[in-house]
Amino acid sequence: MTAYRLNINGQSHAIDVDPGTPLLWAIRDGAKLTGTKYGCGVAQCGACTVYLDNQPVRSCSLPVSAVGDSQITTIEGVGGREAAAVQAEWVKLDVPQCGYCQSGQIMSAAALLARNPKPSDRDIDLAMAGNICRCATYVRIRAAIHGAAKTLEG
Amino acid sequence: MSRLRQSMLALGAGGLAAVVLAVAAPSFQGEADAASNPATNPAVLQPVKAFAGIKNKEQRAAALFQEAGKVISSPRCMNCHPAGERPTQSDSMRPHQPLVVRGPHGTGEVGGTACATCHHEANFDAAGVPGNPKWAVAPLEMAWQGKSLGEICVQIKDRARNGDKDMAALVHHMADDELVGWGWHPGAGRTPAPGTQKQFGELIKAWAEAGAACPKG
Repeated sequence: MTAYRLNINGQSHAIDVDPGTPLLWAIRDGAKLTGTKYGCGVAQCGACTVYLDNQPVRSCSLPVSAVGDSQITTIEGVGGREAAAVQAEWVKLDVPQCGYCQSGQIMSAAALLARNPKPSDRDIDLAMAGNICRCATYVRIRAAIHGAAKTLEG
Repeated sequence: MSRLRQSMLALGAGGLAAVVLAVAAPSFQGEADAASNPATNPAVLQPVKAFAGIKNKEQRAAALFQEAGKVISSPRCMNCHPAGERPTQSDSMRPHQPLVVRGPHGTGEVGGTACATCHHEANFDAAGVPGNPKWAVAPLEMAWQGKSLGEICVQIKDRARNGDKDMAALVHHMADDELVGWGWHPGAGRTPAPGTQKQFGELIKAWAEAGAACPKG
């Protein structure tokens, strides 16, 4: 076990874990922030998406030893115009069904809009194809991203 | 059953087994030969000295490149030299899952899923995800999939399609580049490229010194 100090959502968390522990489990079990979900554990589903220095990463495929001083943002701490617009549109269109994948979906959708304010359907596919939804809410996810983009246009 | 009949049955069974072994033996022997013969074993590389007997320089160069081609045609190399915009993965070279494309810098489309969304500085076997600091898809002009080894050879020498590398830089890239080197250390569950990077670099260097002729086809 090794002691780490992780900066998650602007707060420092002391976490004592094996260096090979996936960041996902340091966040969930160490920092007790359980909004980030375990889906597949092999970077195939996107449920565990967080930001590392504002870049989306799958927290299941990153060992805690590789995080260093990077700023981690989880669904509990995500903010800014894009995230607010996405969350509002998610509520408006009632996007989630079972909801399990939705924190990862929202993290990826907000990251997309931060880099591409007017995404095409193809842009959405390229940003969101790695976020799997077993309830197949993809049509509503796409509509909500387009809706959030319109909101951000002002 | 009489003792005689039992003996005849035993002899018959033994004879059948002998026939089966006699028929099967050549193929077992053949597989063993292929595995132990570096010339035909795709998992190992013949050393440069194995080609010294080819007196014709052009033929020697082509043979050296053919041997180095065992590495170039390995899925560890080919997967990130796709002909289209999407890399492939695994030994079967299936389309990369999830969908990710080359993008303007070989690291994913702007705003889309990036290589670094999942791939980091090192292999992470706990998640089965490979990694390297230079992880990226090769530029389209360096696409190898669907091409013959001869075509790849010509392409590799073309400075318009090799990142403007002269032969010395090309040899250095093959022999020393850390992302090329990942091919021999791909993490659990992946077949490494044949031989070693050192052997591969020596083959490429010898090919260059022999005039860098390409295999036909």
